[in-house]
Amino acid sequence: MRRQRRESRVHERYLRHSKKFPNIWCAGCGIGIVLGAIIRAVDGLQLDKDDVAMISGIGCTGRMPVYVDFNTMHTTHGRALAFATGLKMVRPEMKVIVVMGDGDALAIGGNHFIHAARRNIGLTAIVVNNLTYGMTGGQYSPTTPIGALATTAPYGHIEQPFPIAELAVAAGAAFVARSTVYHVRELEKYIARAINVEGFAVVEAVSYCHTTLGRLNRWGTAPEMMRRLKENSVTLKQAESMSEEEKRGKIVRGIFVEQEIPEYTRLYDRIIERAQQRTSLQVETA
Amino acid sequence: MTTGRIAKELSPASGVLMQGDEACAEGAIAAGCRFFAGYPITPATEIAEALARRLPQVGGKFIQMEDEIASIAAVIGASVGGAKAMTATSGPGFSLMQENIGYAAMAEIPCVIVDVQRLGPSTGRPTSPSQGDVMQARWGTHGDHPIIVLAPSSVRETFDLTVQAFNFSERYRTPVILLMDEVIGHMRERVILPDPNTIERVERASTTVPPEWYKPFENFPADVPPLVPFGEGYRYHITGLHHDERGYPTARLDEIQPWLERIFRKIESSLSDILLYNKDGIEDAETLVIAYGAAARSARHAVELARERGRKVGFLKLKTLWPFAEEVVEHAAARLHHVVVPEMNLGQLALEVERVVGRHKVRRVNRADGEMIQPAEILAAIEDWELAR
Repeated sequence: MRRQRRESRVHERYLRHSKKFPNIWCAGCGIGIVLGAIIRAVDGLQLDKDDVAMISGIGCTGRMPVYVDFNTMHTTHGRALAFATGLKMVRPEMKVIVVMGDGDALAIGGNHFIHAARRNIGLTAIVVNNLTYGMTGGQYSPTTPIGALATTAPYGHIEQPFPIAELAVAAGAAFVARSTVYHVRELEKYIARAINVEGFAVVEAVSYCHTTLGRLNRWGTAPEMMRRLKENSVTLKQAESMSEEEKRGKIVRGIFVEQEIPEYTRLYDRIIERAQQRTSLQVETA
Repeated sequence: MTTGRIAKELSPASGVLMQGDEACAEGAIAAGCRFFAGYPITPATEIAEALARRLPQVGGKFIQMEDEIASIAAVIGASVGGAKAMTATSGPGFSLMQENIGYAAMAEIPCVIVDVQRLGPSTGRPTSPSQGDVMQARWGTHGDHPIIVLAPSSVRETFDLTVQAFNFSERYRTPVILLMDEVIGHMRERVILPDPNTIERVERASTTVPPEWYKPFENFPADVPPLVPFGEGYRYHITGLHHDERGYPTARLDEIQPWLERIFRKIESSLSDILLYNKDGIEDAETLVIAYGAAARSARHAVELARERGRKVGFLKLKTLWPFAEEVVEHAAARLHHVVVPEMNLGQLALEVERVVGRHKVRRVNRADGEMIQPAEILAAIEDWELAR
């Protein structure tokens, strides 16, 4: 009880009161849970709100920044990471958190996602993976499972889904973790670690959309879909001792990679030093 | 390429042989640009190459992004962080940038987009000049929005207008497009650049109000509310949705309408500052030539040839294409029978001239095959008006 009361006060300190409540998300949506986890993670790290930016693209998750009292920017569809790259380069001291949905991050924004990881620029990318385009009403996304029904897959989905965490690892991110909106303590912990990482950090937060894809596929109500996240997920450690057959359809949670590789804006500072050294040399010889 | 030598050779007194693209890069540095994001594309690549070298020398930052969409996005992000920021591209990349140019117009984020025009549509002919993006520069992004578009016709003018583009973008909180063309971008001319200390630089307005009172999109009393960079204690929201004065999304007509009126008003009430052009011999002219960019070079020659033959020809060279200098054109053309508009497209700015002075008065001279318009073609239009009709 006491813990709950303390946390409700945490939210009060980070949510904007001036306007725009209630939020646009459906009752029972997992996006608010992710927002709560981000707020508690930021609070736990004792970051100054002035030093935190939250950047988003388009979609249900894209609406997250407007509610929270940071430097916030709701950009165009798929491009949040590119906007954030420019901001981070001129404000390397800021903690730049980029929140995206699965369509935003991996379909229209897939190119920016892999290149931000490859570049290892110090952004925290949080992907709320609800397996569909919720805001437009349940079309298939790059993470929709094969066989699922979607409004644009009325006869069943035939494309393979992207495993977001594994993709981020392959693209070179410094930190990659996956959890779900059911495992909210774990999610909060991963987000806090991701924010603290120097390079590009990805947290995939597996969620659900009970009003579109869930309804179409008769996956049940929000609590039922939440229970599915609980029952259908295993830790990385558990997964190690499971066969491929056993792992099929399971959500594997855990930290997939955590490595120290040079962060982009720090490397660029060295470029500036090098360029300025050469210029002064040129002036001397001239 | 050859851009590395520029820094060393920038000696104001003696002048340097410089390419238009290089002059653009130097103009950007002189204007205070400290961030560039871009993607290689002919004939604008030299701007990126020059700035990759020059920006870190002055403590600025350069990044080659994964595509042009990311480039303009990073530029807007950097500008929100407080840096004067620019990207440079050509037709295909300019097409890709359009959505985010609209975002910059919507969110009123200062930035400069250079489009070194090449022959289109599509991949077209990458190394051939064109002026085919005049209308795209004005209306390329969806929805009604104001924009400022400048077009240089020489290497020195490229330097000056690049500085001007930054100044306009900061003063009016708007994206500004520098519409170059392949001729101006790749041509080398000997230029004497101005003393850096004499260059007028407009810095972003700051605010004196405390953070809790700050409204980044305030409609009154000023038309251009100050934009405080992220990270300086003024936490606020920026969105591409229609928004209220604090930046929060809105669907209220009484919040959308005043905003829409203001963003047009901030440009339209400052035309005397924004409209740049050169007038020559217009007062006693019988015929007027209106041109811009590379075509203005051929036009200038044609005007001189016509004058040698005893004709009274006025010349109006537009440096600001958008907003269109309607009153200037209307006034200059009022007494005249004919107006000649040479363009390296099939008639884009001519549509504006026709709208202002009447279709019957306008003689278009067009080429969209990747070649320069020859002075003789323009001269023929000046002299053979009656015949041609």
